[in-house]
Amino acid sequence: MTPMLRAAIAAAFVVASIGAVRAEDLATYSITLKNHRFTPAEIHVPSGKAFFVSVKNLDDTADEFEMHNPAIEKMIPPGEEGKARIRPLGPGRFPFFGDFHQDTAQGAFVSE
Amino acid sequence: MLGALIIVFREAIEAGIIVGVVMAVTKGVRGSRLTAGAGVVAGVLGACLVAAFAGAIADALNGVGQELFNASILSLAVCMLAWHNIWMASHGRQLAAEARRLGQEVRSGARSLAALAIVVAVAVMREGSEVVLFLYGLVAAGGTTARDLLIGSLLGLAAGVAVSAATYFGLATIPARRLFAVTSALIALLAAGLASQAASFLQQAGVVTIGSQTAWDTSAILSDASLFGRVLHALVGYADQPSVLQVVVYAATLTAILTLSKTFAARSSSRRTEAPAPQLG
Repeated sequence: MTPMLRAAIAAAFVVASIGAVRAEDLATYSITLKNHRFTPAEIHVPSGKAFFVSVKNLDDTADEFEMHNPAIEKMIPPGEEGKARIRPLGPGRFPFFGDFHQDTAQGAFVSE
Repeated sequence: MLGALIIVFREAIEAGIIVGVVMAVTKGVRGSRLTAGAGVVAGVLGACLVAAFAGAIADALNGVGQELFNASILSLAVCMLAWHNIWMASHGRQLAAEARRLGQEVRSGARSLAALAIVVAVAVMREGSEVVLFLYGLVAAGGTTARDLLIGSLLGLAAGVAVSAATYFGLATIPARRLFAVTSALIALLAAGLASQAASFLQQAGVVTIGSQTAWDTSAILSDASLFGRVLHALVGYADQPSVLQVVVYAATLTAILTLSKTFAARSSSRRTEAPAPQLG
C-alpha cells in the first residue's frame, strides 16, 4: 500500500465521519451577544449532563465564543448563530468569553 | 490597537510557525521557496473564501459545519505531514548523500514538496480566515478607531511573521545532517498536535462524544493562552486542559508516524544492500 493510498483512506474516514453527523437529543441553552455582552451572562446547567450552547451574534462584528475548560473555540460571524456541544460538567463555575472583545464579553456556566 | 495587535499576532504565529518548520524542512530543495510562497498565497485566498462563506459553513450540517470543516482540513494536513515524513524516511539517506555531494541542491525532495505546500496552505487558510473575519468586522464597523485597529493588526501580522522567521532561522542553524532528524521529529509532533486539535473540534461538534473528560490541567503552570504556551501549542500541540480523546489521538498519531517511518526506512535500506539504489529525480 502506497503512502498516498494510506492518505486517501484516512481522508475517506474523515468524509465518512462527516456523513455520520446526527443531532443528539440534548438540552440547548441560547445566549445572545449584543454590544459585546452576553445575555444571559450566567447560565445554570445540571451537572453531569452534556448540553448544547447556541450563541447568536447580534453585533455587526465577528466574535469567537471561547472557553478554556472545557476547550471550546467557535467563530461567529456577525448576524450568525454558533452552536457547540459542551461535555458533562462537574459542579462548579465554567467561564466563557468573546475572544475578540474580552473586556466586556464575559460569562459563565454554573453547573450544579 | 493593542487588542487588534494581540489577536492578529496570535493567529499569525500559529500559521507562521508551521510555515517556518516547513521551510526549514525543505531548505535547499530546488523550488521549495516558490512552493512555500504558493502555499501562502493559496492559503490567503482560501482564507478570504472561507471568511466570505463563514456563515454558510457554520450553518451547514446541523450548525457544526465549521467544526467538521476545521477537523477535515486539519486531518488533511496530518496526512500530508505523515506522508512527507514516511517518504523522507525511505529516501533520507540518499537525500543526505546528495546534499553533501551537491551542496544545498537536492533535486529528489521535490516529490514531497506538493504535500508540504498543501500543509502551508491549510495552516494559513484556517488561521487566516479568523483574521479576515476579525478585520472585516473592524472595517464594517468603521469609525475613527478603525484605522488604529488596522495599524495594530498590521503590527500583529509583522510580529507573527518575525516569530516564524525566528523559527526558520533557529532551525536553519542546525547542521544539515542533523536537520533531517530534528525536523522529522518536529513534523511528527506537529502532525500529532494537529490531529489532537481535529479531535477537539469533533468533540465540540458532538460528532465524537467519547473521552471528553479533561485528562490534566496544567493551566496554572503553563497556560496555553500565554505566548510561550501558544508557541508550544503551534509547534507540538501543547494544551493545558486536553481531553482524554485528544491525548489518545496525539499518542496514536505520533506512534503511527514514527513506526511507519521506521518501517519504510528499514525496508529501503535493506533493499539498498541487495541492489544498487535506483536514481531518483
